Amino acid sequence: MISPSRMPGRRLPRLLAGISSHRPARLSEHEQRYGPVPLPSRAAGPRRPGRARPGRLVDLVERSGLTGRGGAGYPTAKKMRSVIAAPGRPVVVANGCEGEPASAKDRLLLARLPHLVLDGIALAAQAVAADEAYLVVHGRQADLLASLEAAITERGTLGIDPVPIILAGIPHRYVASEQSAIVQYLNGGPGRPTFSPPRPHERGVKGRPTLVQNVETLAHLALIARYGDRWFRAVGLPSAPGSTLVTVSGAVARPGVYEIEMGTPIGQVVMLAGGPTKRLHGLLVGGYFGGWLPAKVAWPVPMTHAGLRSVGGAMGAGMVIALPGTACPLAETARVVRYLAEESAGQCGPCMFGLPALADVLTDLAYQGGRSRGVDQVGSLIPLIEQRGACRHPDGATQLVRSMLRAFPGDADRHDQQGPCYGVRRPPLLPVPPAHERGWGWT
Amino acid sequence: MSFSLNGPGLWYATRATGLVTLALLTGSVLLGVLTAGRFATERWPRFLTVGLHRNLSLLAVAFLALHVGTTVIDTYTSIPLAAAFIPFSSSYKTIWLSLGAVACDLLLALVITSLVRNRLGHRTWRRVHWIAYACWPVALGHGLGIGTDRSTIWVFAATICCVAMVAAAATWRFVTGARAGAR
Amino acid sequence: MGLDVRHRLRVNPIACTGHGMCAELLPEIIDLDPWGYPILASPEVPRHLLGHARRAVAACPTLALLMDEISSKHR
Repeated sequence: MISPSRMPGRRLPRLLAGISSHRPARLSEHEQRYGPVPLPSRAAGPRRPGRARPGRLVDLVERSGLTGRGGAGYPTAKKMRSVIAAPGRPVVVANGCEGEPASAKDRLLLARLPHLVLDGIALAAQAVAADEAYLVVHGRQADLLASLEAAITERGTLGIDPVPIILAGIPHRYVASEQSAIVQYLNGGPGRPTFSPPRPHERGVKGRPTLVQNVETLAHLALIARYGDRWFRAVGLPSAPGSTLVTVSGAVARPGVYEIEMGTPIGQVVMLAGGPTKRLHGLLVGGYFGGWLPAKVAWPVPMTHAGLRSVGGAMGAGMVIALPGTACPLAETARVVRYLAEESAGQCGPCMFGLPALADVLTDLAYQGGRSRGVDQVGSLIPLIEQRGACRHPDGATQLVRSMLRAFPGDADRHDQQGPCYGVRRPPLLPVPPAHERGWGWT
Repeated sequence: MSFSLNGPGLWYATRATGLVTLALLTGSVLLGVLTAGRFATERWPRFLTVGLHRNLSLLAVAFLALHVGTTVIDTYTSIPLAAAFIPFSSSYKTIWLSLGAVACDLLLALVITSLVRNRLGHRTWRRVHWIAYACWPVALGHGLGIGTDRSTIWVFAATICCVAMVAAAATWRFVTGARAGAR
Repeated sequence: MGLDVRHRLRVNPIACTGHGMCAELLPEIIDLDPWGYPILASPEVPRHLLGHARRAVAACPTLALLMDEISSKHR
């Protein structure tokens, strides 16, 4: 355990404490702030991972109550235990792809605080006795890949990591960052989701149990290993402990990535980002796999998975997009669904055909008016698409559309009966990567 | 014409079963192409196409067994049983008989992999099944080359029909690219 | 104490290419969506339809229809 004099304060910022505004933190700066990574061996001798006792770090993680920060919020210790229990030598995969266009937290961590993430990977590999570790990011980010490679090499010469960390660039498609797609890509196949069972934690890379974790989760792991579970739980809620990174954008004064305590009310998160620049109509929480909420409903809701589920929303990977009253939620949703339809892997009929059909109906409803049929058409398409794909991609789209109808019934009715509102004319709000930024291959 | 082991009866049986096998194989190939092409009408459901394809193929194997059997027990020519499976193991019309052996092997591969395809997995099964497009012409080559019925008018006409149908079906299959497989 | 064996159908959506033979052979349970892909009304297969279900699973050209046996003990 790190000596108390080095322990950072019990409040925030924690992950973002050492962040610089323009360059990655160097290894020396990182170790000065946090101390060296608490791994048994940092000698330059032959590395023998051995079958380490899975006990200590996993127990610590369990007591700390860390949950995944990639969107699903699954308890990290539980995942680690299932990987340990499965037959075969485990593999660790750190997912830094961040397919959600509205999220920037993983990019920030990897670009500015790479050693936090790399520490987390090394610790996770030690804890599950893995002998292979991968860090995956979207392959087009050449600068990021270069700086990560440099950080890994620096650690390699000092013999810090018990297991060599392999950097992998995956295809720049939205679904390529889904965990089964990453596993298939690392196995030499195309970066497309696969049919499960088996799940990656049972059989993943090279048929071995694979621990896939979001890079932010691993960064938290790096600090929990140093400062312990009680420190981690000192912020946040008992049911949702610790801090988390959120990306706030839209009609706010200071869009960006912020570190908050879990359970912070959404309204407070918006105020952290400078507050709304216009009167808000609604908030999109959880990204394109999350859901719309009317601003008044969302404001007091605590930023936790359970809290958002209780109002019919989803926390996802912690994105909050503020929709001003001058924008049209139907137009925004139609554009996003069109993007999601184009990003389908094209493997499953209901997604491949259903999402474009849904996008067409939504575009008509938003921009031409529904002719009193639009809302019904949307309603009849959704059950034909939901839960009928191999991955959750189509479900994300239908969840978004359902939440739109639930949060903005007035807008939907007006478009249906009267026609498009003025909001459709304003420039687009929700980010959709332009065509030239998207990859078109799968390998 | 009495049926005896060294009379012409067995020889007729060999030729007949051979022709029937070829006809059944032709039907099977056509139905296979129709299956991939998702053919269906009001009165002809898709499961009928695939069911007939399966049954005709199994029937073809049965007739092939008869064809091989009558050939082997025919004492007019001494063709060992191995010649049905191993090319170049008979001195009688070696080349053409070898083609028959190859076609037989290919057909057995097709049928056996299809019978156990749920254990093989779809991808492996599919790769093996493409050899159907090799099996049929090789069988045809064996039939034409072995030479016994080439000059008979109706056999000739029937053969031309089979060739035309399979050629058309195969061309259509490859040209339309099979959207089921080309994703 | 007896053994209850139930049968459940599921579709591998990646393998499925919408041939539609399953819906022809088991129309009581399987219907087709507007794009030709199967919708299972209920995954549970009643005993009297088990033979038809097995035939439907065998007929699928891409082996996309799967049937699982779930056994549970009961008193």
